[in-house]
Formats: sequence, C-alpha cells, structure tokens
Amino acid sequence: MHDEHQIPIWFFIGLLLTIYGVLILGCGIYNVINPPEHPVKLANLHMDIWWGILLLVIGLIYSIKYRPSGTD
Amino acid sequence: MKLLKNLCIAAFLFVFLMPFKTATAAAGGAASHLLNLSPIDMVIIAIYFVVVLAIGFYLKKYASTSDTFFMAGRKMTAWIAGLSFISANLSSLETMGWSAMAYQYGMLGAHAYLIGAIPAILFLAIVMMPFYYICRTHSVPGYLKLRYGEGPRALAGISFTFLTVMVSGASMFAMAKILNLLLGWDMNVSIWVSSITVGIYVFLGGLLSAVFNEVLQFFLIWLGTILIPILGIISAGGWHKMLETAQKNAAIIHPTVQNADFTSLWRNLGSFDTNPMGIDWFGMVFGLGLAVSFGYWCTDFLQVQRVIIAKDLRSAQNGTVIGAMLKMLVPIIVTIPGLLGLAVLLNPDGSPMILVPESDPRANITLRTFNDVLPLLMGQYLGPGLLGLGVTAMIAGFMSGMAGNVSAFATVWTYDVYKPLLNRKASDKHYLNMGRWCSILGVLISIATAYALFYFSNILEFLQVLVFFFIVPLFGTVILGMLWKRATPAGGFWGFLAAIIISMSMWVFVHTFPDGSRPHPSVLISNNAVVSVTKQDGDKISRVVVESGQIQTTNVAIPLEAGKEPVTSGQFTVPQTGIELSGIVKDDSIAKNLRVLVPDAVEADTKQHTKFGVEGISLVLKPGVTIRASYIAKKFDAAAFNPAHTKYVARSEKAKPMAVNMYSAFWSLLVCLSVTIGVSLFTKPKPVEELRNLVMGLTDIPDEGPCPWYHNPKLWAAVVLIILIAINIIFW
Repeated sequence: MHDEHQIPIWFFIGLLLTIYGVLILGCGIYNVINPPEHPVKLANLHMDIWWGILLLVIGLIYSIKYRPSGTD
Repeated sequence: MKLLKNLCIAAFLFVFLMPFKTATAAAGGAASHLLNLSPIDMVIIAIYFVVVLAIGFYLKKYASTSDTFFMAGRKMTAWIAGLSFISANLSSLETMGWSAMAYQYGMLGAHAYLIGAIPAILFLAIVMMPFYYICRTHSVPGYLKLRYGEGPRALAGISFTFLTVMVSGASMFAMAKILNLLLGWDMNVSIWVSSITVGIYVFLGGLLSAVFNEVLQFFLIWLGTILIPILGIISAGGWHKMLETAQKNAAIIHPTVQNADFTSLWRNLGSFDTNPMGIDWFGMVFGLGLAVSFGYWCTDFLQVQRVIIAKDLRSAQNGTVIGAMLKMLVPIIVTIPGLLGLAVLLNPDGSPMILVPESDPRANITLRTFNDVLPLLMGQYLGPGLLGLGVTAMIAGFMSGMAGNVSAFATVWTYDVYKPLLNRKASDKHYLNMGRWCSILGVLISIATAYALFYFSNILEFLQVLVFFFIVPLFGTVILGMLWKRATPAGGFWGFLAAIIISMSMWVFVHTFPDGSRPHPSVLISNNAVVSVTKQDGDKISRVVVESGQIQTTNVAIPLEAGKEPVTSGQFTVPQTGIELSGIVKDDSIAKNLRVLVPDAVEADTKQHTKFGVEGISLVLKPGVTIRASYIAKKFDAAAFNPAHTKYVARSEKAKPMAVNMYSAFWSLLVCLSVTIGVSLFTKPKPVEELRNLVMGLTDIPDEGPCPWYHNPKLWAAVVLIILIAINIIFW
C-alpha cells in the first residue's frame, strides 16, 4: 500500500472532504442569508454550517498531513 | 502533476456521463419522488465520480503484476485492511436494508452487528487468520485446494464466482431501482454510469483501487449518515423518549405483532411470539450467532480477501479486530434510524406514518416501503448540500460493493477456475491481463443479471438465500479442515456437497404448498378507470364505485348472476344489474379483507387523477365494467413460507421468515460437520507432511518479534468482547 512514492488514500479522503466542507459550509451560509421557502426539520440548528466546518477541518488535517511530496 | 492529469481525464469522462444523469433527473418530475436534489447536491455527487475515476487512473501504475492487481501487493496497514474489511460489508443495500429491518423488527435488528458478527470476526482474527495468512493463499477456495484437493476447490470456486456476479447484478438492479424511486433517475442510466465507472477503476487498479474506494466510502457513509440519528434523537426528545414513542407507535404500525417488544435485544426472545422477528433465543444464538455469522465472516472470500492482503500477520489480525470494533458502531447509523422511523416519521395529521414491505401490493402506490425509512429521514432532516452528501454516500456504497464483488470474481476466476482447470502454465502478465479483462467480464455479467431482474424480478427472492446455500457449508468444511487433521479430502467434498443440497432442500420444503399458496384476495383497478369514492369521518374511504373501465381480480368470488355459483376466473362484462363485491371475502373458510388497489384512476366528479388503496370495504361495479378474474394457487411460492412445513425446520409454526433462515443455516452447518466427520472416519486422510501450515497442531505460528502491548491483537480482541457483552447487558 505504501509504495515509497504512492500518494496515501488519506490524502484523497482529505481532498474530498475539504471540497465537500467548503461546498456545504457555503450552502449553509447561503441558507442563513436566504432562508429556503420549505426548510427541513431542525433547520434552526444550522447543521449544514457546523457540518461544513467539521468536514473542512477534518479534510484540511488529512490533506496537509498526507500531502504528496514533490516527486508526485 | 500526474495526479492533476488523472483528475482531468476523470473529469473529461464524467462530463460525458453526467449530462445524461442530470437530464433524466430533471425530466423525472419531482412530485412522485422521495428526494429532490438541488444543483449543489448534483455537484457533490459529480465530484465523487471524478475523484474515484482519478484514483483508478492514478493507481494503474501500481497494479502492474498479478500480485499487485489481485492482492494489492500485500502491503496494507492494519487500519486500511480493517476499514476496507468493514466497508466491503457496509454497502447501501446493507444500510438501507438493515434500517428497514430495524423498522420492522425493532432493536433485534442490531443483533446482525453484535452476536451476528463480532464473535465470528474475532474468531477469524485470532484463530483462522494465521492459517489463511501463513499458507499465502489467494482465496478461500485456494485454501480448500491446499487442504482437501481439487474437488472442494472447484466446487467452491465455481459456486463463488457464480454467487459474486449474481449478487453484484442484484445490487446493481437494486441501486437502479432505488435511485429511480428516490430521485427519478432512469434505471438504464444508473446501471450504465455506475458500471462503467466501477469497470474503469477496477480494470485499472485492481484490488488496490477497490480497497482505496472502500476506505473512501467508509468516511462518506459515516459523515453522510450520522447526522440522521443525531438530529432524529434531538427531534424525538431524547433517547428514552424515542424508545417510548417507537414502542407505542409500533403497535399501530405493525398490528400483527401488537404485543411484541421492539426495544430490547434479549428479554423478548423467550418464545417465537414475544418479538417482532418471530424467532427464539436458540435460533438467534445458534442460527445467526454461529452458522450464518461464522459462515459469512470467516469464509466469505470477499471479506477475507480484505485482510489477508495486510503487510504481515499481526496487521492482518489487528485489521480484523479493528473491523470488529467498527462493526459494533454500525447500529448507530442503521438500527437507530429504523427505530426513529417508528418514532418520528409522521403523517401531516400527526399520526405515525405506516410503511409496508415491498411485497405488499400497496407498496409504492399508496404507501412507502420499509426500505424507504432511511431516505425518508434524509428528506426530513437534510437540506441542500447535506442531502447531496447523503445521496453520495448511498451511491458510493453501491459502487464500492459492486467493485468488491467484481475484484473478488476476477481473483477467484483467475486463480481457482482458470489457472488450475484451463491454463496452468501461463506467464504472470497473462494472468494479470486475464484479471483485468475478468473485471470487465464481471461487470458485463453483472449488467446482464441486472437486466434479467427487470423481467424476472422474482429471482431476487432466490438470490437472497444463495448465501445460505453456499457460505454456511463452506465454513463447516474450512473449519474442520483447519482444526481436525483427520478430515479427509473425500470428507470435505461430500460434507460440503451434502450441506448445499440439504440447504436447498429445506428452502424448497418451506416454500412448498401441497394445498396451494393463494395470494390475498385483491382487486386492481386499471389505469384511467373512472371511480366514485364515498368518504366518511374526514378522509376515510367507506365505499368505492367503479363507473367504467377495467378491473383485475385475484382470488375473489364474483357473483356474476343471481342464484348461480360465483365465478373466480375468466373475462366478463358487468351485467345491467351491476355487481357489489363484499369487503370481506371467504378464503378456505377464513374471512379476509378484500384489498382494493387504485394506482391511477379518474374521479367521476372532479375528473382529477387519484390513487389510493383500501381494505375491507365493499366495491360496486357499474354495468359495462370489464372484469379480468384469476384464481391463483401456487404449489411453490418463493415469496411465502408454509407454516405447516416451517415447524419442522424452525421448531414452531409461529416462526417467521428470518427464524426459518437462521434455523436452516444451523441445520446446514450441522449436516456439513456430521457428513464430513462421518466420511472422514472411513476414508484415507492426507499425509501429515502435506498438512503442515494448514491445520492446527501442524502449523508453527511465526514469531513476529516483540510488540508493544497496544499492538497485541489478543488484547484488543478481549477488549472488543467485553464491550460486546456490556452492550448486550445494557440493552438486554
């Protein structure tokens, strides 16, 4: 699995979660500014904002810790 | 930079595939679909496809020999092996299916993740893994070859390859059907887009690609689903309030098991009728906990392959123990949503929402099904963005399950069928190419199976029990081979075969109806028929009149002419006097409610289209209405169990399908062990020299050197076992 120059799976996971975190956080902020006409239950908890932040943090930790070296 | 290039190629491919998908979604019409995705949700799904394709392209260079393609180079760390091991089993069919089970059976559904998994996984880690690992087998059938010889290997290899592609096709069909029902996506597009994606990344990266995507999928499934239990429990007013409401609503939702306890693991298993699963503790412990669980977790090659590719034995064992730990957590995202379905899914008037099994004629016409419980909760709690993540988790689960089956198919076919039986002396490159093309072949056969299911959907009934036919006997054969050096090749072969035959025979027996299995009396009013509906007490339908059009009746006696015997089959036109069908129908002297299904009719007064389903009300047919009547009595019905026969298999007429399956597995294991031991005692065993590194007592477990206490698999296995016992006591 860990061929010397192989990018670890954790980097791909970090990358994906970072992108998802940004998108979901952005979506959550948009929903605060423009509340949807038919909100889901418990929308008042703004779970999209909190979840977006969580994904972003996990994603950044993984992306940075397992970022590929220059040879890749 | 190469990674960037790979991303570009993947994006390019996706651009070709995705427009079909979005166009179909847009054309689907939102009203009848359970979930409506926003553009941001579609972007999230699209990014997932791009990333998995990019991973496939990237990993191609690391799968250049047969060992790297089929066994991922045997370099996995314990964590990756453990995550992959558990993810291979955590497909969307699993999460949706077991949420549905929890909705149907309450907390008992969690047993699949506790006694139905953990002891077996720990047994695999501590007892069986050394044998699998030391003999350096490529597959479980490969172990059978070394231990027993060619006969059992060929039987296991052929049955396994058949099983994997059939299951893969069934998963594909189920995925396409679910995406169609939930999102309105065209089934053909779902099948081809997912298959092409899986085909590409398994073709390029082999098992390595499959494992990478399984680990990725693990994160997506958890991060996409865990919000449902969190928000659901908040919404229900806390854990205890949720259980209380679920138990109260279960009596309304499941009236046939009104007194059953839905919120405990063991205290309701004293007899068959005190729990919703219709099973007792013996069936649960020896059927699920021993036969099914050990069969599945210890010998299903798809699972075992994930951990035998670890970099060393200790990593393989620790990976398996990590898998057990993670498995115990799955009820959080599976069982709790099922219980939440009972507690928080409500109709607009505040009454509990009733979901029905897929086999119910009202399913997807007037009522949603058990399988919809998770998507319904997603729609209730997840807004734009989060819903996309949830749906992506679902798609990822489907595709990763398919990739697992396809890569396992390629391995077993190449190593256990093609190499020993067809071409023994080819080069490594030849076997690598065979594996690559087998991946494509596996995908194509899966697609063919999926399309076969369009026309023969009853095959699904058969597929669900295939696991019981093959996996349980396989475990009996393997475990005796590992633990008993006297087990002979003839004993292994005949024990395996006898257990498969007895499994199939029991299945046929419980589905056989000497007096005929008669479907519930029902009337289906054809599309665009004109109906008048009388309502009372608000919206409750009390009478239906068919003004014109056609109806189909099943097992209903129709009083066509006064003074004459009613008729049950044929095609007629309602005479001038009209006909009234009673809401109560006598079927073999048992009174049953007449079921009336109206998927798409026109209301006489308003000319509006309507759909509904009712039971036990009278139906009036106006002159001129056409009746197509049929009387069905099947001697064999795969969808029904004959109680008069199940009592011989599962010890009680009250035993329900799940109990019958558990007991069948137990008997099958018992037959396998008995026949293998019996035949072995009268046949010649293999010489001891040939059994070295294959049988307990003849295998020296290599000393891997000292390790810190926190790397000791036995310690962690003991910790997991203690947690398992604690969970069972807490939720007793």
